[in-house]
Amino acid sequence: MSDKEPLFSAKNRKLITNPLNAQNPITIQVLGICSALAVTAKLEPAIVMSISVMFVLVFANILISLLRNTIPSRIRIIVQLVVVAALVILVDQILKAFAYEVSKQLSVFVGLIITNCIIMGRLEAFALGNKPWQSALDGVGNAAGYGVILIIVAFFRELLGSGTLTLPGLGTLNIIPQAFYDMGYANNGFMILPPMALVTVGIIIWVQRSRNKDLVED
Amino acid sequence: MDKQGNLYTVLYAVVMVIVVAAVLAFVSESLKPIQNKNVEVAKKIDLLRSVGIASDATTAEELYAKHIGENTKVINVSGSEVEGNAFDIDMAKEVRKEQKDRNYPLYICKLESGEEKIIIPLRGVGLWGPVWGYISLNADKNTVYGATFDHKGETPGLGAEISKEFFQTPFKGKTIFDESGVFTSIAVVKGVDTSTNPHAVDAISGGTITSNGVTDMLKECLSGYEKYLKN
Repeated sequence: MSDKEPLFSAKNRKLITNPLNAQNPITIQVLGICSALAVTAKLEPAIVMSISVMFVLVFANILISLLRNTIPSRIRIIVQLVVVAALVILVDQILKAFAYEVSKQLSVFVGLIITNCIIMGRLEAFALGNKPWQSALDGVGNAAGYGVILIIVAFFRELLGSGTLTLPGLGTLNIIPQAFYDMGYANNGFMILPPMALVTVGIIIWVQRSRNKDLVED
Repeated sequence: MDKQGNLYTVLYAVVMVIVVAAVLAFVSESLKPIQNKNVEVAKKIDLLRSVGIASDATTAEELYAKHIGENTKVINVSGSEVEGNAFDIDMAKEVRKEQKDRNYPLYICKLESGEEKIIIPLRGVGLWGPVWGYISLNADKNTVYGATFDHKGETPGLGAEISKEFFQTPFKGKTIFDESGVFTSIAVVKGVDTSTNPHAVDAISGGTITSNGVTDMLKECLSGYEKYLKN
């Protein structure tokens, strides 16, 4: 039995590190793209979205893993949906109460965490067949893998599209100096529109695969 | 019990739904006061911004009480005062009524200098959803002192720009009545020299539908105050 297995054994560590690179939910599995397009025009919503997804994914993974031996297999997808939906509503209510400005920016996208394929995907593929601790680690890893890409995309979109970076607690910082604008530099408004999020994700996929040839399919 | 049987499945679903519903109802009820407070504070911040007073979540209450406080009115389309609390009026509901049935809230703000400004709430539709704002008028009940707009979900970088200062500042000094006193409102337009026209401001390229939405909103909402403002 693996009961004696240390909490952070090599196998368990892999649950966190794999989704960051070789098993990244966005760039390798190409899941959760819709929200990656929607909330990455500014850095702050992307960070808050990543944290929200991590909360939902970790707790949904733990709950489903705890319930995995009781869930009737015919309604397992419905059970997963109810758990995810309940957690998402919790996040939404908490944001509205304690981070009102951010909740206004994220608006409908918090609700759309329910439809984020990464969450249902991990519940089906991992939590239904593994213990709670491993499931929690898997949740942290996948949410982090998702968050990292979201934040990279948002960084470039906001920097090139608006010339600013918006960080939680710090507000909007002007990064591009005024002297640049005076010399004729202009923000690329196209970066703010959803298509450029897709192009940015594409560039990240390109960079990642050219660095790691194992990921290239024949 | 047979875990794949019908009885087990149905019972499982029922228990799960009841537990989840109870948890969510509890959380929603216990957070409601804080959430309502947030909405109220956001409204106060917007109201104050329309007269150029900057505030944030920590200072809005105090500044609102100092500059506006109870100095509000509700009027009807013929300009006479009616019962009601201006702050509690939901503009989203009012704009759906016929003009003659609407309640028109207005706020009177006393600045540090002693000047009084009239703040009129606005509500309309943009491209993807509602747009709203507040416009403040000088004591002559004609010249705009300041304006602020916000939106639910306009396109970032295009329609959403109405909530930025560069769009709102040009409203300053525009007038809503023409020289002969006819109500003309303020239009958000393209390709016109707006610097000399007292009834027009520059629209946003790529945000035409939102810009038109703002024009319609100004016309629709301000026209209800025409009688009051002309007195």
